[in-house]
Amino acid sequence: MNRRLPVNFIIGAVLVALVVGTAALSLVWTPHDATQLTISNKFAAPSSTHWLGTDQLGRDVLSQLMAGARNSMAVALVAVLLGGSVGVALGLLASAIGGWVEDGVMRLADLGFAFPALLFAIMLAAVFGPSLTNAVLAIAFINIPVFARVTRGAANQVWTYDYVLASRAAGLNRFAISRDHILPNIAAAIIVQATIEFAVAILAEAALSYLGLGAQPPASSWGRILSEAQTLMYIAPQLAIYPGLCIVVAVVGFGLLGDGLRDMSDPRLSRER
Amino acid sequence: MGYFIFRRTVGFLLTLLVVSAVVFAVMNVLPGDPALTILGMDATDDALAALREQLGLNQPVLTRYFLWIWNALQGDFGISHSFRVPVSELIAERLPMTVSLAVAGMLFTLVIALTLGIGAAARHRKAGDWGVMFMSQIGIAVPAFWLSMLLVLLFAVKLRWLPPGGFAGWSDPVAAIRSLILPTIALGVVQSAVLARVTRSSALEVMRQDFVRTARASGLSRRRVLWRHVLPNALVPIVTIVGMQFAALVTGTIVIENVFYLPGLGRLIFQSIANRDLPTVQALVMLFAAIVVTANFVVDLLYVVIDPRLKART
Repeated sequence: MNRRLPVNFIIGAVLVALVVGTAALSLVWTPHDATQLTISNKFAAPSSTHWLGTDQLGRDVLSQLMAGARNSMAVALVAVLLGGSVGVALGLLASAIGGWVEDGVMRLADLGFAFPALLFAIMLAAVFGPSLTNAVLAIAFINIPVFARVTRGAANQVWTYDYVLASRAAGLNRFAISRDHILPNIAAAIIVQATIEFAVAILAEAALSYLGLGAQPPASSWGRILSEAQTLMYIAPQLAIYPGLCIVVAVVGFGLLGDGLRDMSDPRLSRER
Repeated sequence: MGYFIFRRTVGFLLTLLVVSAVVFAVMNVLPGDPALTILGMDATDDALAALREQLGLNQPVLTRYFLWIWNALQGDFGISHSFRVPVSELIAERLPMTVSLAVAGMLFTLVIALTLGIGAAARHRKAGDWGVMFMSQIGIAVPAFWLSMLLVLLFAVKLRWLPPGGFAGWSDPVAAIRSLILPTIALGVVQSAVLARVTRSSALEVMRQDFVRTARASGLSRRRVLWRHVLPNALVPIVTIVGMQFAALVTGTIVIENVFYLPGLGRLIFQSIANRDLPTVQALVMLFAAIVVTANFVVDLLYVVIDPRLKART
């Protein structure tokens, strides 16, 4: 048996470790205070004190990027956990009960696809004002139908297995079977989806913060740093490069990790692709 | 087949109705006073009461919802608070910009993705294939707004070949096209990356089938087999994705118009949020959601046209 890990898994894991490690490190240490302004030291070139230089307000760029990593990871984690939990619960419910409940949940999921996170965030921002909480809610919302579909599809398959039929015959109720037998057996598919959705959430958070619908000043966010850098492109183009690279590294990392996990859980797929 | 189209059409109309209910609910029923949102915390009680009366906020919610739907069906989305003109006028002025950008983005996506996807499938597991797969992996991960900034940095700031943003209208077609080049690329690259992957894997699937081998064995050129036999048979998954992508492109214009300062619906939506212009935001969100739902509906109908085998099953 070939036990070698897929290449995409290895590269993904390294990139994710880099981003998550940086985010974790920023909880206890950043080279400087990410929000500290030193106007006299604005647009400083990279040096031993400021490894990536400073921005238009003299803030240390590396420290801001590290704080941005932390916020980006936190938003993605909360949004995917929130949307994922609701979606998985709905998917399990639809699969366990079937009939009109299943139809209803799936139609609701279809409806969810009509609202990209951006539209939902726009509505929330128009009514309640822009905030990071609204951005998290919008990203969580788009995750619900994705997880509901994946869960229901995978669960429907497990419901046909003999041991599930046996537990039904033994008198276990549908909810207990869902919790004890279905969920553990579809966990792999859900984890793969969560990893991929993590990448989508990072992109969505960056876009929302860039548009002013997510993180508000002084909170650091890769998207918000980019929106500030846009007005300075003629003076300090480097400020627009770093945050974008961070986003790409994080998204590619989680995307590859998800692909790799899927290849490992179902080797047939890796040959197809 | 007639029944299939009927069922899909009913489903489509129901979805639109529910979408409109969700939009209305979020904008009107969630806790929060639209009058207070528009006038701000300093507003006097009299001013708030007058605005509530003007907006019809004193009527029951259901009445307001059905009135909104009824008027919207006749092209009346109310009056914009910030521009003081009918919202439908604002939409009519800005719609051509957004449609031009979305259509240009779609054409760019189709040309690039089909060429790269089929090309990669033809060179399966060779350098060209790996190159396309690598580029598409990066393309999917690059945020469109960052790509826009990089394009502006290179082509507008450094090389000075193209304008960094703005759009002066179609009176000067050359200038108009020049202003649309960078936004179109920024909008289309991510979607091309996704579509190229789907095209490649769908084409690979078809290339394994017997009729392709037969076509090659009967002496047809590789190119002819790829474009005349493989591509048409690989279209079903491609069309599914293209439908979703058109929806993504249209909502993508919201971001791109803001990066390039283009006077379309996407820019209008942000001006309206900043001005707390709720009727305009509500109309625009509904319009964008309706485009997404319609795109999915059209895809459903297209399946039957593209794959006659599905007719038998419907």
